[in-house]
Amino acid sequence: MQRLPSILIAIGPLWLLWIALTGSTDPEELVAGGIVAVLVAVLAGGEPFSPASLKIFQPRRFAYALAYIPYMIWAIIVANFDVARRVIAPKMPIRPGIVTVKTKLKTPVGRLALANSITLTPGTLTVDICGDELCIHWIYVAHEDIEGATREIVEGFEKYLEVIFG
Amino acid sequence: MVHHIVGAVFVLIGALFLFLGALGIVRMPDLYNRMQTGTKATTLGNVLTMLGLGIMHPAWLLKLTLIALFVLFTNPISSHALARAAHRVGVPMTPLTVKDTLKDKKPVVKEAEV
Repeated sequence: MQRLPSILIAIGPLWLLWIALTGSTDPEELVAGGIVAVLVAVLAGGEPFSPASLKIFQPRRFAYALAYIPYMIWAIIVANFDVARRVIAPKMPIRPGIVTVKTKLKTPVGRLALANSITLTPGTLTVDICGDELCIHWIYVAHEDIEGATREIVEGFEKYLEVIFG
Repeated sequence: MVHHIVGAVFVLIGALFLFLGALGIVRMPDLYNRMQTGTKATTLGNVLTMLGLGIMHPAWLLKLTLIALFVLFTNPISSHALARAAHRVGVPMTPLTVKDTLKDKKPVVKEAEV
């Protein structure tokens, strides 16, 4: 029953999500949402909601998590324009390839967040993770070596994720 | 009235990015680069469309934000799964490709195992 704490932690956010999606506080909706939240939590409640995840509410981590949102939005906007430019340009300036980068993040959830962040920014796509190495498809390979690619792709995100999930 | 116009402008810009994503699918040389544009040049398109709708109908803003968040959380997972599966069964990469470190790392899975 060591999953029990994770399940209990998952119920709250899931229930709030239901309320936000239905947009009503009818008793019927609240009960239905509660039942669904418990079901989903029992079926899926695992590591992302482990008691360790509550550490996100430590002030320093929480501040970095908040700061990460605008950082991520900005990264997505810049990268979208970059890819859009490559699509439009008649000569299509692409130099695709799969490069390897290294991450300092230790926790599985932290690595998931990093891989997702990299994939969300257009131009880079996480194809696979093996241990502390990520294989990334890059639409314009600027650095073929691990160090250069890591500096270019990973370190911006890692500064934040290290604190948030570290 | 003003918020309708502002919202419409956001939706229009979003639609433009979605169009560029579609154009990328036609123009890019191989599956991986098509995914770069087709699945991801559209993230901003999606979010801008949701934002524009939210400005037009402020009552929908919360739900639209949730939808945008779901797209942002699930989009990378599906992109990653598609690219990984394609690489494992050996979908060829364009001759323009300069490097493929993943190929050196793992042998391509044989047809029978897929």
